Amino acid sequence: MGRKVNTDALVIGAGTAGLATGIQLAQGGLRVLVVAAGEGCLPLASGTVDVLGYAPEPVASPRDALFGFVHGHPDHPYRLTGIEGLERALDWFTRTAEPLGYRGDLTRNRWVPTVLGGLRPTALVPGGMAAADLSGGGEVLVAGIRGFRDFHPALLAENLARAASPSGSAAICARSVELEWPGGGGELAPFRLARRLEDAGIRRRLVAQLRPRLGEATAVAFPAFLGRERAADVRADLERQLERPVFEVPGLPPSLPGLRLFDCLRRALLAAGGRLLVGSNAIAATRHRTTLSSVTITRASQPVAVSAKVFVLASGGFATGGIVREPDGELREPVFHLPVRGPAPGQQPFAPDYLADHPLDRVGLDTDSDGRPVDSCGAPYASNLYAAGAVLAGALPWREKSGEGLSLATASLVAEAILRCA
Amino acid sequence: MSVASELGRAPLPTMEAWEVRASLDGCIKCTICESACPYAAVTERFPGPKTVGPQEERFRQGPLSADWSVDYCSGCGICSRVCPQGVRIAEINARARAQLKAQHGISLRDQLLARPDVMGRLGRPVRPLFNWAMGTPLVRVPVERVLGIHREAAVPEVAPRTFGQWARRHPVHPGRDRVVYFHGCSTNYFEPRLGRMVVAVLEHQGLSVHIPKQGCCGLPLQSNGNFPAARTYASRLARQLRGVPGGVPVIASSTSCGLMLKREAREILGLDDPALVDISERTYDIFEFLRDLHEQGRLRTDFVPVEVTAAYHAPCQQQNQLIGKPALDVLALVPGLKLVELDRDCCGIGGTYGIKREKYEISLAVGDGLFADIRATAPDLVLCDSETCRWHIAKATGFPVIHPLELLHRAYGGH
Repeated sequence: MGRKVNTDALVIGAGTAGLATGIQLAQGGLRVLVVAAGEGCLPLASGTVDVLGYAPEPVASPRDALFGFVHGHPDHPYRLTGIEGLERALDWFTRTAEPLGYRGDLTRNRWVPTVLGGLRPTALVPGGMAAADLSGGGEVLVAGIRGFRDFHPALLAENLARAASPSGSAAICARSVELEWPGGGGELAPFRLARRLEDAGIRRRLVAQLRPRLGEATAVAFPAFLGRERAADVRADLERQLERPVFEVPGLPPSLPGLRLFDCLRRALLAAGGRLLVGSNAIAATRHRTTLSSVTITRASQPVAVSAKVFVLASGGFATGGIVREPDGELREPVFHLPVRGPAPGQQPFAPDYLADHPLDRVGLDTDSDGRPVDSCGAPYASNLYAAGAVLAGALPWREKSGEGLSLATASLVAEAILRCA
Repeated sequence: MSVASELGRAPLPTMEAWEVRASLDGCIKCTICESACPYAAVTERFPGPKTVGPQEERFRQGPLSADWSVDYCSGCGICSRVCPQGVRIAEINARARAQLKAQHGISLRDQLLARPDVMGRLGRPVRPLFNWAMGTPLVRVPVERVLGIHREAAVPEVAPRTFGQWARRHPVHPGRDRVVYFHGCSTNYFEPRLGRMVVAVLEHQGLSVHIPKQGCCGLPLQSNGNFPAARTYASRLARQLRGVPGGVPVIASSTSCGLMLKREAREILGLDDPALVDISERTYDIFEFLRDLHEQGRLRTDFVPVEVTAAYHAPCQQQNQLIGKPALDVLALVPGLKLVELDRDCCGIGGTYGIKREKYEISLAVGDGLFADIRATAPDLVLCDSETCRWHIAKATGFPVIHPLELLHRAYGGH
């Protein structure tokens, strides 16, 4: 009586790319199992959808900039999806994450404050950051909590007041205020504050401190801790009491906007009939000629072979273990041992400066036009293995501000290719 | 002398136990575990798995332990599951708790709660008195004062006959494929009915069910910090289950006890026992086993329609087996049944955690979201594979809570 699991599609990875692929395949009628070594990247993510922020100059409109960008970067994953594929993916995302009220499109980037008071470009923001777009300037009151170590309102406000608005003309005024936490003792951890803020009594006491300080502020910025499950209610209530828009500034992890997105996508996967298994590692694969037959995953005691018709690798890039570098410098994709495109032979993987453009940064997998990993001759490793997200070669998501766009676009590309054949 | 004992800690007897501690080096302080911990979210007494685990573990050297906050970890294991770096956070914390108890001693209450078999054995001869006493504030209030067992905490009734007594007279079926049934203490003393249904469902698949005399797996001892006794129990159980020769599958209907055999006794207790290794590699959760039968086309599907709405909660220890939610896969085959998956991690009971006076409120707060989901779903039945979770959820919500196997038994026409 051998242990065995069967499914139609096995997706490895539960970040943006893995979940988006899994949901679309499940919505397309496949039995889907998503396995992940842990809770992916979303608990660390800001919750915005970055598509293209710098190329390398600041990008005002991703739609206008993408054509030239892809032309200048012929190895970039965006070449596979094109602007139409990207738009379809963002449409799908906005509908799927509907409970979080995402706003925005490819027409223009929004410029939202970072926790240090810089402005960064992003294409889509959740409802909780709808008022965070300061491209047109504004007068912001930054409200922090005394003793909350992850958010320093004075630092944020001073830097924000110095930051030039991207349109150049409109000015940003920013002031700060530090409030006393009214919700009891203990370490002020964001996930605990978020839960306590779902209590209307706590919010009232916070608002009472805040109201005399509002002045002419057109919006109030808070750390990103305005509730978890009932975040929309928490914000609506604060806006009603403060009589002006309220927005969140994501900061150090754990990130509530990312966790809410994780909750939302997980629920969408389950609602579509998919399964999620967190805490299990994909450790080996079995291939017969050009067809992958099973992937072995870990369990509490004995590992098990999961058989499927199609497999999707969405394990993330070098930073999250989707690609590993051995002590001798060899670059490996650890599940399938796929060919990895990295620095050229003899090329130094790292530049001398920490923040420089390192040759290793673009490491990843090459794929065919359907998103199937290929070898150096362009032949797919297996007819039924696809890859999506940060595991793909050729992008610098943190520099380009393109991470979520890449993950969503390549997830849709792969899901469409699989469902076409299914 | 091992490295650990040179540092003044209890020695780590096996490589697996050593790897658990060494895994803390992988912690990058991403705080994913802290945001997933249902206990840290509701109580300041537990600062969070990262803080208490990999962070404080670095200071746990020599005879002076760190603070007591580790005792507010319930051992649900969600932190280890969500950690993308493979840090065995819950396991590190379980070991730290045992170290604390080894230094300071274990209270009478925790000694008692850690031995469900002893409670069952003592309670059964005076069953009517015991069941009455546990149901009346006249007794529960003083018990709370003296022992620290919360007066409102759900306590099961002791059954008139043990499952073991029934099993001794139950025939095996020579010539059929054999399985061993590991029923656990709860089935033995409190819910023998469940055990009979497990046997009936397995025999319905054409199997011969062997039920060797068996004791406690040691899990409650482990979670209450008594590792030496837990090791003795787990080793003895492994030998008892090996009494049936032939390396046949061992099937558990209690998810937490099943996980104890599969992994925890090896990883947390560091038990280096070939009998346990053998048993751990062939232990199945009952629904994991039934789903495997179905995958092989061997599960009987002669179901009668069951026209109910049932909401399913997968307990933490079930999810920690990393087998998915096989109860949902199998019950999906039952005609008429409307299944709702409750997308929650933990009910808050943590085995014996929520029974304790100082932790009962925490336990209710952790389960709050689950209870709200159940009330919103308003199902005919709630399904949950773990006994202490069932008792806790039933007490907190007032809904009937049964093992999913009971529903499957009903679908096979059983009563």
